[in-house]
Formats: sequence, structure tokens, C-alpha cells
Amino acid sequence: MSKASKEPLLHITKRKTMAWQKAWLIRLASIAAALIVAAIVTTTATGLDPASVFAKILEGAFGSERKIWILGKETAVLLCIAVAMAPAFRMKFWNLGGEGQVLIGAWMTAACMIYLGDKVPAPLLILISLVGAVVIGAVWAGIPAFFKAKWNTNETLFTLMMNYVAIQLVAYYIIIWESPKGSGKVGIINQATNAGWLPSIGSYQYLLNILIVACITVLMYIYLQYSKHGYEISVVGESQSTARYVGIKVDRVIIRTLLVSGGICGLCGFLMVAGTDHTITTTLAGGRGFLGVLVAWLAQFNALAMVLVSLLLCILSRGAGEISTAFGLNQSFGDILTGIILFFIIGSEFFINYRINFRGSDKAVKAAKSAGKEGGLH
Amino acid sequence: MEKTNAAVSMRNITKIFGTIVANDDVSLDIHKGEILSLLGENGSGKTTLMNMLSGIYFPDAGQIFIDGKPVTIASPREAFDHGIGMIHQHFKLVDVFTAAENIVLGLEEEGRLDLNRAGERIRKICDTYGFDVDPKQKIYNMSVSQKQTVEIVKVLYRGADILILDEPTAVLTPQETEKLFAVLRNMKKDGKTVVIITHKLHEVEEISDRVAVLRKGKYIGEMKTSETNAQEMTNMMVGREVALNIERPKPVDPKPRIRVENLTVRSSDGVLKLDDVSFEAKAGEILGIAGISGCGQKELLEAIAGLQPVESGTIEYINDDETNESLIGKDPLQIAAMGVSLSFVPEDRLGMGLVGSMDLTDNMMLRSFRRGKSVFTDRKTPKKLAEKVVEELEVNTPGVSTPVRRLSGGNVQKVLVGREIASSPTVLLSAYAVRGLDINSSYTIYNLLNEQKKNGVAVVYVGEDLDVLLELCDRILVLCSGRVSGIVDGESADKNRVGMMMTRLGGGGLDE
Repeated sequence: MSKASKEPLLHITKRKTMAWQKAWLIRLASIAAALIVAAIVTTTATGLDPASVFAKILEGAFGSERKIWILGKETAVLLCIAVAMAPAFRMKFWNLGGEGQVLIGAWMTAACMIYLGDKVPAPLLILISLVGAVVIGAVWAGIPAFFKAKWNTNETLFTLMMNYVAIQLVAYYIIIWESPKGSGKVGIINQATNAGWLPSIGSYQYLLNILIVACITVLMYIYLQYSKHGYEISVVGESQSTARYVGIKVDRVIIRTLLVSGGICGLCGFLMVAGTDHTITTTLAGGRGFLGVLVAWLAQFNALAMVLVSLLLCILSRGAGEISTAFGLNQSFGDILTGIILFFIIGSEFFINYRINFRGSDKAVKAAKSAGKEGGLH
Repeated sequence: MEKTNAAVSMRNITKIFGTIVANDDVSLDIHKGEILSLLGENGSGKTTLMNMLSGIYFPDAGQIFIDGKPVTIASPREAFDHGIGMIHQHFKLVDVFTAAENIVLGLEEEGRLDLNRAGERIRKICDTYGFDVDPKQKIYNMSVSQKQTVEIVKVLYRGADILILDEPTAVLTPQETEKLFAVLRNMKKDGKTVVIITHKLHEVEEISDRVAVLRKGKYIGEMKTSETNAQEMTNMMVGREVALNIERPKPVDPKPRIRVENLTVRSSDGVLKLDDVSFEAKAGEILGIAGISGCGQKELLEAIAGLQPVESGTIEYINDDETNESLIGKDPLQIAAMGVSLSFVPEDRLGMGLVGSMDLTDNMMLRSFRRGKSVFTDRKTPKKLAEKVVEELEVNTPGVSTPVRRLSGGNVQKVLVGREIASSPTVLLSAYAVRGLDINSSYTIYNLLNEQKKNGVAVVYVGEDLDVLLELCDRILVLCSGRVSGIVDGESADKNRVGMMMTRLGGGGLDE
């Protein structure tokens, strides 16, 4: 019997599983490929030497001690938001309100610092603004969660709308808190007294923030992986009817989880205002409420993997800023490079999940047969 | 090629997924104008083999011949070009479209879309084979059997001569199955070739001319249906001698356990689902519940399990010391807190009983994860339980950390039933416990239920196969549109009589 020659050039099959070493090899290869494509784009679009552009990116992220600290600070903010999103998204509750939850926490912190700055001792002020920020962040996420749990409203739209409420609220109070008058800015709050400012560890201004976020990340990993709450979150996310069948109170889990998610966002706002910025603007979150979703997703909700992803994104964004000033390019070119790299990283998941079989290759057949395993599928 | 009248010849077909050999060197002939049954247990590779014929998968090795000529089938469209069409187990229809719109969907016909002309052609096809389809009816208004009809017409509309049906009767009532078989016979008369994938032996005997058996991905053999019998086919399918009768031990000291009185239940949109239902389930016996699908079985079990709000009536749990406790208005946790050990094997295994993406260990935890005061989950005990279930019920799985979604239907059910009986229940509710399961797995489940019965558990068995209900159950409660049509004794009941009771209250009318 002759074999028909018309076999398709390639066909795609789903892989069962892949050794994690091999999966990481594919991910590394994808980054290498991304750099090559980015290099080609750089040369053709700008005529610059790609090697020097890449060097500048790294320089922008790691070029000096100060730059490294800024990178750490930025990574901590992004990571904190991603960690906050993780439980909600694992439960398939599409919380797009990170932006607003961070901002409202920042607003509460600023309000405490401004109104209570000279009334209560500094440690108490810090405690009050911390609790206030966490509570209001939790409430901000809890409201859409309550409506979702009771009346099954659409959480995507609801959380998104809550962002605008928070932004407008902050905009309104910026006018009230304006300092100096007419500047349109709040300025540094309590610059003279430092009341409500988080203390620095030694001379490292950002270290405390980074350590706090690191702790939260580890705690969230344990919470999702090993706690009973974490297990309930996974069950509710996968199948609400299974959850009801085993007696999990779905509405309670939804609200509880969003209180956690929003609370951490509120804490993030607190850390930014009390810890590093000491002021507030409407663009404080700066889109990181959404970027955090991307980080959580890329890391497949594994809190530890989020560290790597948020670090990578921050390196790219710091580097993009550097090349735009160093080479007189605008910020958009950096975004193009970031886009190329993200595209390849996300694309690599396809090769991890699927196998491409080329014409005439019966390697798979031999491999599986020699494995000697027999069994069935439908 | 040897000379045959084969419409399709598959030669040395091999298909591998990861490390699993789904089809191993399978050679199969499908003759023109015959109805061929492809028989095999779950996971024996029947569907995979046919998916390669219909262009869903591409074989890793081997060759397909159509009318003796080697062909390549790389997509469902190419399969249609060769006159091959497949009706899948899970329908692929757009709910908000009409029948006609679904049927023409994806066809690239010349000229503008003319639904009226398409409707004409659809009617013609329906008349030829005895279908009943309204081309203008929307899919979401259709019953399961009507949807299946649309799928079949869709394939015929594309001019298929070879039809492959993947377990078409799994979702049909006995009456609907009869109708389908009549249509298939008409197609055969018209010269069409039909392949029907199934593991129901009486259907094989009823409809097919020839039967081919697969086991664990390998081709075992073929024979004329008229020259074989259920026992021989079963043995080929399973690979060893299997006893085909279900035992029914005499109930020992049955005493009332669950008493339901005047139970009325409405669905969330106000439809009356159960109307004045009263019965008793006894410890140490199996109470069967018979009825056409959707006449209140699901609501009845869910009401007892605390998952379905009740409009009126009582559900009482009767303790050994004859004290009563009401189960109404309590959720599953509250029922458990009362000390009532109630297990429930729901109809929707992966959607309700288990979480498909979680592994065996995590699924074992569903019932028990709250145990202990710690805020952390204990995975050691459930892991041991998972290992025990795998060993005792012979679950075919690579390990306890495999997501249950990857297991075949029978193994999924073993995991679910294994978990539910692990809590040593006093009441075991089961809905369609053997639906979609092959013979071997079905008998495992029957044995497990019987074992529970012997342990003094009140077992409630909702089933669709009347033969099994009559063989397995001590008493059978027959439901008809949410009302009790009667309660009959399993041993002395007559199948026709029960069938009648399913369609009209009390089963009267015809013989008067």
C-alpha cells in the first residue's frame, strides 16, 4: 500500500504535560527570540545599534544604586496590586477595579495625614491611616462583590465604574487640599513634621515598602495554596454548583475574597502615599491597577511567579524611559519593544500547551510506542 | 488492495496523545449501505478513530481509503468532500439561530443566502427519511432529540453518504431512540452507510448489521450481528468473561429512613416540578425512581439533599430510635451538622459532584476539607482516601494528582461514588449513576450500590434503563410529570406496565 503524499504540512495536537525544565527552556527561548525581533525593529525603525539600545535599557533599570532602588519600589507597587488581584481572579471574579481601590486607599491615607497630622502622635496616625486605607479599599471592592453575590450583577462593569468614582473623588479633594493655592497639586503632605510618614529603615527610603510587599506575597501564596479559604476560592471559581453541593456559601466566599483583594489594594495606596510619595494625584495608580491583572494572569495566579513577571515589566518600563531620553526617541518606542517582548512571552505558552507535528515526522509515534504505555482516550 | 465493497477502509491507523496510545494499528472496513456498530468500553478509542475519519484529528500513522483510493482528510470540510459526516455527542449548534440557519451555517453556496430555498431542501430531506424538523424553529426552543435531528439533517444537507453517530442514544428517551432507529433504517434503505458508536448491547442487536469491537485502542474483531449475542460481544469488549446479571440480595430488616410527604417543588421560574409527592425510602433497600427525563427526579433528590427550595410538604429523616428530624430548609452543611450522613451522587458529575480541573486528592477534599480547627487544609488524609479509592475501585488513572477531567467517564464516576460512600452514609442518593458508562464500570457501580444496601444504607437510585431498574431495585417509585404514578415491587413489576406508568398517571387508560 502506498502512502498518500498529500499529508498536511503540519498539524497541531495538544500536549498532555511537559516537564517544567523544558517549559522554562521554551520561555527563555521566547525571550531570546523577542530580543532578536526587537533588535531588527530597532535597527530598521531608528537606525540605532540594537546592542547599545539594549544596554541602555539595562542601564535604565540597573544603571545606578538609585535606579535599582527605584526599580525595587516600582516592582513592589506592581507586585502588590497583582497579589491583590490573584484571589479575585482565581475565583473568576473579574476585578478591574484595582485602580480605584488603590486610589481610594491613597485618598484615605492622605486625608488622615492632612486632618489628623497635628492631632495624634505619629505612630497612632500611621496606624489609623493604615487601617483606614485597608478598610476603604476593602469596601470599594466589597460593594460590587455584594451586588454580584446577591443579584449577580456584572462585576466587570461595576468595578470599572468604581474606578471613576474614586478618581473623581480624589480630583475633588485635590482642589480642597491644594497647596500652595493655585498650583492644582496637593504638594508634599506634612513636609515639615513628617507626620504620618512611614519610617525609613536606615537610609533606605524604599526598603520598608519592598519588605512589606514581599511578606504579603508570601502570605498570599500560602493563603491560596494551603488555606481552607484558598481551597474554597478555587472551588467557587471552577464551579459554583459544586461549591453549593458541598455546602460552601458562595455569596459569602465572593464577598470575603473581594474584601481581601480590595484591602490589599487599599494597603498599596497607603504604602505609596505614606511610604514613598507623600502626596496624592489622580494618576497615582497610573494604569497599574490593570497592569496588575496582566501580571497575575501571566503568572497564572501563582503569587511567587508574579515576582518575576512584575520585575520584568518594571525593568522594561524603566528601560523604555531611559532610551527615550538617551536617544531622543519618544516613550512610544519603548512601549513597542515592551509589546514585542510580551507578545513572545504570551505566545510561548502556546508551544508549551501544544505540539506541532510536521509532515512525515512519526517521531511521536515511536516515542510513545517505545514508552510502552497503553491506554485509552475517547 | 484486496477487493471489497468497502466504502471506507482504515488501514493500520495509529493515534497517540502524549503517552497514551488512543488507537494502535487499527484496520477497519465500513461496507456500503450497512449499519455498523462500533462497540467498545469507555476510552477504547472509538470516538478517536471516527474523529480521524471526520477530519477532527489526523492519524499519526496509517492510511484511509475511500472507495479503494487513498485519501487525506485534514479537516471536517475535506471529510464532507468525501461524503463523510459526523454527529457528535455534544451538539455544535448556535442556540439563537433557527434550524435552517444552523444547517446552512458555514456552507459556501453560490449566490445570496436564501433561507426559504434552504428550508425547502430541508423539508425534502425530512420527508425522505421521516424526520420532524421545523426549519424556522430556534435551537433554544428545541428538545435534546430535536437538536440531534438538526445535527443529522445538517450532515445530510451537505450530501453525506457516510454518517457517523457518536453515542446518539445517550441523551434520548426510549421512545426517541425508537424514532431515531426508524430514521436510520430509512437511510440504510436509501443506500447510506451508517456507523453508530455505542456501548449499549441491546441497541447493537436492534439496529446494526455488523459490529466491530475495539478494546484499549486495539481492534479486536468484527462479526455479523445476527451471528453473535450479548455475552460474546461483552466478553470481546471487556477482554474476559463477564456475568451479565445484576444480583439483588433480599433486604435485611428494612426500616423507614427518609419519609417524604406531600412534597411540592417549583423551579426558580415558577414551573411546578414536583406535585404532592409522598414516599418512604427504607434502610437496607434500593428504591428505584423511574420516569421520563425531566419529570422531577433531579428536584426530588436535590430537595432531600438540601439544594432545592421546597414550596410545601415535609421531608423527614428517621433515626434508628424512630425519632424524626425535618430536613426541609436546611442546607447540606446543616444537614451534616445534624449528624445525618447523607451522600449524593448528582447527575452532573463534573459540573456538580466534582471539580474537573482539580486532581483526585483535591476532589476527595470537597466533602471533608472543613474538618479540624486549623485554617490550613489537610491534604494527607484525602490523598490516602484517593489512593484507597483508586485501588479498591480500580480507577484507571496515571496517579492521584491527575485532574479528574482527564479521566474517562467511568473512572470519573468511580471517583465520585468512591468519595460519597467513603463517609459511610446512612442515605445514598444517586442520579443516573451509570449514564455513559460501559458495561464493566456499570457493574462496578451496581455492586457498590448493593454493598451499601447490605450495610443498611437507604439507597435511592434514579435510573433511565428500565431493565436495570427492574433487576436492581427492591421497590420502584414511578414519576410522571412531577407526580407519583405509583410505587411497584421490583421483583414482580412488569416492564411494559412501568413504561405505561411513566407516560400516564397510574398507567391506566390503554388497557381499559
